[in-house]
Amino acid sequence: MTDPTDDTTTVEANDGGIDRRTAMKALGATLGAAAFARAMAPLRSWSADQSMDEFLQQHYKRLSDEDMERILRRLEQETYDEYGAQVHIDDPQPIPGVQFGYALNLSVCNGCRKCVEACHIENNHDRSTNNSYIRVFEMEQGSMDFEKGTADYDHTVPAPGKYYMPVQCLQCDNPPCVDVCPVEATWKEEDGVVVDYNWCIGCRYCQAACPYHARRFNWKKPEIPTGEVNPVQAYLANRIRPAGVVEKCHFCLHKTRKGGAPACQQACPTGARVFGNMLDPDSDIRWVLENKRVYVLKEDLGTRPRFFYFFD
Amino acid sequence: MADEKEKTGKVPHYLSYPRFLWRALVESTEGNRWFYVWMTFLTALALVGANAWAHQVADGMILTHMTDHVSWGLYIANFTFLVGVAAGGVMMVIPAYLYDDREMHDVVIIGEILAIAALIMALLFVVADLGRPDRFWHLIPGLGEFNFPMSMLSWDVIVLNGYLLLNLHIVGYLLYKRYRGEKPDTRWYIPFVFLSIAWAISIHTVTAFLYSGIGGRYFWNTAILAPRFIASAFVTGPVFIIVSLQLVKRFTKLPIPEGPIQTLISVVKVSILVNLFLLGAELFTEFYTGGSHAKSATYLFFGYDGHTGLVPWIWTAIILTLISAVMFLHPLARKNFAFLNAACILAFAGLWIEKGMGLIIPGFIPSPLGEIVEYSPSLVEWQVTVGVWAFGLMIYTVALKIAIRIITGESNLHAELGTTDGEA
Repeated sequence: MTDPTDDTTTVEANDGGIDRRTAMKALGATLGAAAFARAMAPLRSWSADQSMDEFLQQHYKRLSDEDMERILRRLEQETYDEYGAQVHIDDPQPIPGVQFGYALNLSVCNGCRKCVEACHIENNHDRSTNNSYIRVFEMEQGSMDFEKGTADYDHTVPAPGKYYMPVQCLQCDNPPCVDVCPVEATWKEEDGVVVDYNWCIGCRYCQAACPYHARRFNWKKPEIPTGEVNPVQAYLANRIRPAGVVEKCHFCLHKTRKGGAPACQQACPTGARVFGNMLDPDSDIRWVLENKRVYVLKEDLGTRPRFFYFFD
Repeated sequence: MADEKEKTGKVPHYLSYPRFLWRALVESTEGNRWFYVWMTFLTALALVGANAWAHQVADGMILTHMTDHVSWGLYIANFTFLVGVAAGGVMMVIPAYLYDDREMHDVVIIGEILAIAALIMALLFVVADLGRPDRFWHLIPGLGEFNFPMSMLSWDVIVLNGYLLLNLHIVGYLLYKRYRGEKPDTRWYIPFVFLSIAWAISIHTVTAFLYSGIGGRYFWNTAILAPRFIASAFVTGPVFIIVSLQLVKRFTKLPIPEGPIQTLISVVKVSILVNLFLLGAELFTEFYTGGSHAKSATYLFFGYDGHTGLVPWIWTAIILTLISAVMFLHPLARKNFAFLNAACILAFAGLWIEKGMGLIIPGFIPSPLGEIVEYSPSLVEWQVTVGVWAFGLMIYTVALKIAIRIITGESNLHAELGTTDGEA
């Protein structure tokens, strides 16, 4: 019975066999289809949560003002339905003639991580993972090698022989993350790099491409208690992200595009953080850039960050 | 005979093509006991994978063990490896069409079918890796927003789907003509065959560029990554086909001549050594230079800072590949099929690790900010992986079965029409 055609030949010679075989096939197909439906069952509850409007939503740059208006109201409603919080989401545009720059004084930073916490709250991060766009590295005095540092320190700061280095998205002028995105879900605006959380497909190529570990992926739906949701939100900024998409620091554009300061800067007790419009000759950031010997992380990679470090 | 041929020739395509598709469906659901056992087994595994994937979509990718530090894992590892297998199928096409190897020409369709099955698996692994598979349409040129030519991933979408279409056309056209009992018109497939040869090289080159183009990941940022990918593709594709040819010989009526297997052995013999040479060249540069460029390689081969997660993987890969290389060099490989098959399986397994877990994961360790977060796949990741492989093997099995029944003449329009006419 090693010849595979044996059965078929027998069947062709025997009319009754065809019927039995057809019946068996039909049974097999039915069982297979039922098993497949059963295997895919978890998708049913998931797809019930997805709205058709969201599925068909176009790329950010192709949305008309009316489209955006409708989407913002829908997102507010969804936030209310899922988190029980009344929020206001808008879509502030870059201010003409404004290019944000950030500088951080490493001589002053004491590693207290108030900025990390402020970011966590301001940007509606997942509570269970304690996510934040900022990580602070405790570095060895006399070395700039991150491998000699750690972001997992847990003791009184500042520790002797250490200095502290907060790292967040550097808002590169030549961002590798934007180049690699296959669907243009992340792009550079006049004042920084942004992500459309409703367009990202979650391939995480940008995470692989970023040399600064600035990007985070929503491995699950963020959990935030109703009372803790920050209700002042923007579309490209701190609105609660869906599961399965990438996010990163946006220099708090929901505040800074309206003339405010980023939450991390406001929270810093040491004055180590200097933020402002690099094109304004009277701004603090401009003073730092002109008077301090600033440097950027991994300058050799040619990413041209707009986030600078300096020592007094 | 001449009359009959003429008679079938007159059958219009709108009648014969649906019949051809129907025949394909019948062939893919008919078979002996072993066929049913094999297909049921694969279906069961594929369903386990489908179920795991459904859970992953519903609950989020938290069900995998990937992290912000190691953001690609087993899925992208398998994707990378399978693009290589798809490209490796061309090692039958080149002898058959560029060197006019008649014997190879008779069985070349097996290589093209392998390319189809491997590409479908590769694409499924990409879908499995997406955080938002429902937004897949954003990748479709014209419909979504396609970042071409800037993103290497958009290039990959084009070359992978293009190669899939090319092979579907070539295989579909030749089988359909054969089914109708006609001689294929060279104008309708030879240009595509030659295009597919260049295209095969392009799919694995572009896939290598996905990684080698990233400046911040020193482990991948090397110009010999694409040549390394091609070299290993010319091992993994041919070894899979060598084993397939013997199975086809054992289970079907298709005559399998000795020539093609011997040709493929020669291809593997060279490629497996070239692959080891390129790996050696890479490792020399890494370790002799040292510094931050060598850290991922150090982690991979020797462990770093007490973290040794990938060390057993890579040494298994190296040992399997070395043993296989020696076996292929041994004269017994040309005579003893058990020996040959063992060598094939060792090479396939070794390179699956080297071009998968041994290439994708260490690119993320240590992270660009020097942190070491290790990765080992979760149960869900293994289930999805097994499911995709099972589904791919189903496609491969069914496609081979349809093709072989048509090539041997067991399935043909003329015979069917004869019966229908008689009954009517």
